[in-house]
Amino acid sequence: MRLTFFIILFTLFSSPLIAKEAVSLNDPAIDIERFKSLTSELRCQKCQNQTIWDSHAGLAEDMKTLVRDQMKQGRSDDEIIDFMVTRYGDFIRYKPSFSASNMVLWVGPFILLLAGIAMLFLQIRKRRQDIADTPLNADDTARVDELLKKQGGEG
Amino acid sequence: MLRYIAPLVVFMGMVLMFWIGLGKDPQKLPSALLDKPAPAFNLPQLHKANANFAPEELKGKVWVLNVWASWCAACRSEHPLFMELARRGEVTMVGLNYKDQINDAKTWLRQLGDPYVLSVSDLAGTVGIDYGVYGVPESFLIDKEGVIRYKHVGPVSRQDWNTIIKPKIKELEG
Repeated sequence: MRLTFFIILFTLFSSPLIAKEAVSLNDPAIDIERFKSLTSELRCQKCQNQTIWDSHAGLAEDMKTLVRDQMKQGRSDDEIIDFMVTRYGDFIRYKPSFSASNMVLWVGPFILLLAGIAMLFLQIRKRRQDIADTPLNADDTARVDELLKKQGGEG
Repeated sequence: MLRYIAPLVVFMGMVLMFWIGLGKDPQKLPSALLDKPAPAFNLPQLHKANANFAPEELKGKVWVLNVWASWCAACRSEHPLFMELARRGEVTMVGLNYKDQINDAKTWLRQLGDPYVLSVSDLAGTVGIDYGVYGVPESFLIDKEGVIRYKHVGPVSRQDWNTIIKPKIKELEG
């Protein structure tokens, strides 16, 4: 009983000691929705498949602080994103902007789609030609007549 | 004939792309600051808190800015090499002590040796963000005009130094 009590006491009071101070979101000066959408667009460079909004890595916390400070200074979304891009490159964005170096990624799928459609049309046209009516020769006509007659007789 | 060769060529192309693509280390990101002027800063020195250091002071010199911290385990693996380079006077190296405690940092240098001409304290990590630092240690090679010429992420190995960084320094000094 006493042990349980101490365990409960310990768990109650230990977590605040371990937890690091997260970026304060209770700041009335910032619009939390805007803060969330901005930080959800930035990739944490340390934990590459997380946004800095999701991440609690030290670097992500620092970046969140920076975003918050810049929002307070009245900077626009584009200015804040650009600030990060000039330091960390396009990779920091979850939605990279169109540029010469990533053009293939943006345009490539559409080129492949068009190529696919073009090939499909060519195939269909070719097949149409292949199955165009070809008149039967005399032997075949005779066989068809015979088969039809046979079937007619049975039915 | 083409219908047999074409798929083979496409397949070989894919093999090549995957070979190159999957061989890369996804943790090593290209620096956005390559061939751009090193961001300016003015930070207090680790050992002389009332004196500051700014990168402009090293204009006309080829130097290395090494981001380190006492809490960084990987920094220990590059440290002996840096000590050796410092003894030989092979490079001018400035330390950017990143998000560290001043006393911890000083103890670390006292115990392991100080290869830096000086270290500056970036307690809040804001200068680190200006330099696009995302993993410590990182090293920036800066030329005489103050332009970043090379960035190395992770500990510098002897091989990295001899085959990449040292030749680059020679070239920039030449």
